[in-house]
Amino acid sequence: MLHFEDFPAGKRFDFKPVEVRADEVIAFASEFDPQPMHLSEDGGKASILGGLAASGWHTSAMMMRMLCDSYIRDAASEGSPGVDSMEWKKAVLAGDTLLGSCTVIDARVSRSRPEIGIVRLRAVVTNQRGETVAVCDYANMIRCQTAGEEA
Amino acid sequence: MKLSDLHAEGTRERIGTVTFTPEDIIRFAEKFDPQPFHLDADLARQSLFGGLCASGWHTCAGWMKCFVPYWTGEMKRLAAEGIVAPKLGPSPGFRDMRWLRPVFAGNTITYFVTFVAAKDLESRPGWRINTILCEGENQDGQPVIRFESKVVEFP
Repeated sequence: MLHFEDFPAGKRFDFKPVEVRADEVIAFASEFDPQPMHLSEDGGKASILGGLAASGWHTSAMMMRMLCDSYIRDAASEGSPGVDSMEWKKAVLAGDTLLGSCTVIDARVSRSRPEIGIVRLRAVVTNQRGETVAVCDYANMIRCQTAGEEA
Repeated sequence: MKLSDLHAEGTRERIGTVTFTPEDIIRFAEKFDPQPFHLDADLARQSLFGGLCASGWHTCAGWMKCFVPYWTGEMKRLAAEGIVAPKLGPSPGFRDMRWLRPVFAGNTITYFVTFVAAKDLESRPGWRINTILCEGENQDGQPVIRFESKVVEFP
C-alpha cells in the first residue's frame, strides 16, 4: 500500500494504454452529453472535431480510470478536493489509443488533519501519435504512514 | 445574437436536476473510478466521506447532462422568437473545480450556469471564448460542486 511518503515531487506513474471504443463514446454521450459529434461518425465528421469524438467529460472519466489503475488503487487514497485545471487540447476520436502518465508536482501534510497528506499531481494524456489530448492538474488526499502499519 | 447578449453578466440560470441513485453511482465508478467509497456502502462508511458517494467526475457529468437539454431548449425558445441562438462550439477545458461536499447516494443535485465574461479571439474574427461558472447544490441547498468552464462561440 502506497502512503503519502511514497509521493515525493517528481515521482511518476505511467498509464496503461486504453482503446477508445466507438460504442463506449456513444454510450457515455447518450447518458451525459448527447451532442451530435459524440453520438455518431456522421455527426462527428460534420463538426470541427472531424470524427466521432469522446465528450471531454468522457475523456476526463477515462483519465480517472487510468489514474486509478496506475496508482490510486494501490494507495491509501482519501479522494480529491478538486482540480486546478483541465485542458482538453485535442479531439479524442473513436479508435484512438490513450496513454500517458501522471507526475507529482508537490506534496504537503494537511494542517487540519496531520494524518492526511495533500499531493498535487499533473496528468498528461496522449494519443497513439504522441499528441497531448488532455492535461490535468489536480490534488489527491493520501493517508500518511502510521506507526505499526505495514508499508 | 451573442451569448453575452442573451445573459447579463452574473445572471444565474437553473439548468436541471439529477438524482444520484446508489445503482448509478456504483455503475459509473465500476467503469471509471473504482475506489471503495464509490463502490461499497460499508467500505465508504470507514472512509473520510462517511458514506457511499458519487465519483467527482460523475457529479461533473451530471452538470453536462443538464446543460445539453437546457441549451437545446434555449435554442428552440429563441428560434420561436425569430432569434438565431449563439453558436457554441467545443470547450477547451475548465479550471478551479472544487468538489465542496460529497454527493451521497440518494442526493438530488440542482445545477446552475452563470455567464461570467466573453473575450474576442484576435486570431479569428467573430470568434469568442466565454467563461461560465458551473455550480451544483444538494437538496438542502448546500453547494457540492463549482467550476469555471470555457466555451467557444463562433459566428
